[in-house]
Amino acid sequence: MLREKYADEIDALLARFPQKKSAVLHLMHLAQNEYGYMSDEAMKEVAEILDLDPTHVMSLAGFYSLYYEEPVGKYVLEVCNDLACALRGADKFVEMASRKLDIPVDGTTNDGLFTLKTVMCLGACDRAPMLQCNLKFYENLDETKFDNMIADLRARAAEGDADPSVVERIFSYIK
Amino acid sequence: MEYVLLRHREIPNLKKLDVYREHGGYEGLKKALSMTQAEVIDLIKASNLRGRGGAGFGTGIKWSFIPKNAPDTYVLINTDESETGTFKDRELIENNPHQVIEGALIAAYAIGSRLVFNYMRGEFMDAAYAFEEALQECRAAGIIGQNILGSDYSVDFYTHYGAGAYICGEETALIESLAGNLGQPWSKPPFPAIEGLYSKPTVVNNTETLANVPMIMVNGPDWFKAMGTPQSPGPKIVCISGHVEKPGNYEVTMGMTYRELLAMAGGMRGGKKFKALLPSGGSGPIVVEDALDAPLTYEGLTPFDSVMGSASLIFMDEDTDMVWATLKVIHFFRHESCGKCTPCREGTFWLERVVERVYYGRGTEADIKLLESITSGMKGKCLCALGEFATSPIVSSIKHFLPEYKAKVAAGMNGKVTRAAAAAVR
Repeated sequence: MLREKYADEIDALLARFPQKKSAVLHLMHLAQNEYGYMSDEAMKEVAEILDLDPTHVMSLAGFYSLYYEEPVGKYVLEVCNDLACALRGADKFVEMASRKLDIPVDGTTNDGLFTLKTVMCLGACDRAPMLQCNLKFYENLDETKFDNMIADLRARAAEGDADPSVVERIFSYIK
Repeated sequence: MEYVLLRHREIPNLKKLDVYREHGGYEGLKKALSMTQAEVIDLIKASNLRGRGGAGFGTGIKWSFIPKNAPDTYVLINTDESETGTFKDRELIENNPHQVIEGALIAAYAIGSRLVFNYMRGEFMDAAYAFEEALQECRAAGIIGQNILGSDYSVDFYTHYGAGAYICGEETALIESLAGNLGQPWSKPPFPAIEGLYSKPTVVNNTETLANVPMIMVNGPDWFKAMGTPQSPGPKIVCISGHVEKPGNYEVTMGMTYRELLAMAGGMRGGKKFKALLPSGGSGPIVVEDALDAPLTYEGLTPFDSVMGSASLIFMDEDTDMVWATLKVIHFFRHESCGKCTPCREGTFWLERVVERVYYGRGTEADIKLLESITSGMKGKCLCALGEFATSPIVSSIKHFLPEYKAKVAAGMNGKVTRAAAAAVR
């Protein structure tokens, strides 16, 4: 349970806000980091910590694009193919990534390692094509860099990827 | 050039507190703390610093709207940078976080606020590390917390993370999101200066706007007004992307022409000819060749029915299919419409559907009229600016590139749109 595992971080987080409801997006990031996606249980847990109705947390999960309402792969590759990136080859990059991973956009590889998505602007238009993988940016990509990135992620997964996630690192600042 | 904002490009490790202080950091805050709140507001007013998020509202005037001696007030930094083509605040936060923090602390002192939040989009995590580390340095050095820098003023300062919603860059939506609600705007009034976060007086300032504040405090309003033009003084970060040789952020003083900016970015890629420019990400109406000699100022593009906005320049070359580009932009707005007001929710949905069928060769001449009719049903009728923005790529692309729409209609199903291209847009 999040409340027990991250007791200090959650206490410190709630102390920041005049109204604790403000912590809901933070806690949803933490819940998704823990459970992989916004499962019903994850949303109920967040609601309980903040004394909110679970349906409120569910509505937020639907509204904000960083929350996944369905299970996703261990690594979620989100390629920006907005206009500014598309002018620099983002659409072709998506096609290439889709072909190499052998999954359609929004699909997950059979081994559960990779999900491929397209997203709106990530604020890195000058370094297109680019993507974020579990909230880490990979920029100025081409086919070779993509291959290397995938190989590296596969190797890390095989070793049990013990790197702290982006969300864990952010919560370490809160404590 | 002498940088005012992107100073990290000349000063290595500027994101570290000791380096920032060696280069005059937090002197502006010290000076502010030695003045009265009203004096600080008057000084920023006198500089004519205007909001860099796009709207261009006077920063000092905005601060002056906060009721005097209100018990709880808040300063919110808007780092929810999500507009297609905009990537300036990210560079600032990642490399020069203290300048933003100092600007926000001066704003907080000026309005008597005890709590500052930086609302940062949930995707800017490299920037987040830099910002969180800068905040930690400030707490340890007594720049944030009780009696900052030995004064009798105390203030807390935290980062807040969004979760992927362009609309949260709209100030009332940002406030709702920070309060833990859906990020949907409200119809003003009430204005945030009177009823903002938790219904208390609140100032929301853009990241780049606040980064200007410390040096105005130190060097004075005349120093600031000596840069740029009388109505648009000061430096501006311009984000240049699209078909140019050297995309990136460029810090300039306002008043330069768009043609000069294009040259700065190395000109059009591969020696291609310029075709069109989106001057403010997806939001500013498209302009063509004749507008390139206009100055980059808040009013410079008015004769061309467009705006400077956040100065996010997306250049497109002669090979660009403008119906395709329009479809990309309207797809963005349809996706990011928050769904609260009907004209925007329904309008963006239908605009995308109709542009899509024209692009894929299933449109008719009547569809072009229909697009104009939908936009007139949206303009001036939406809750916030997003709905208004969504109409601008449609109206302006039809204005400048009507023959391209007509050609798509005429080509019909024989148009050269492949299934793969269709999948890419979706």
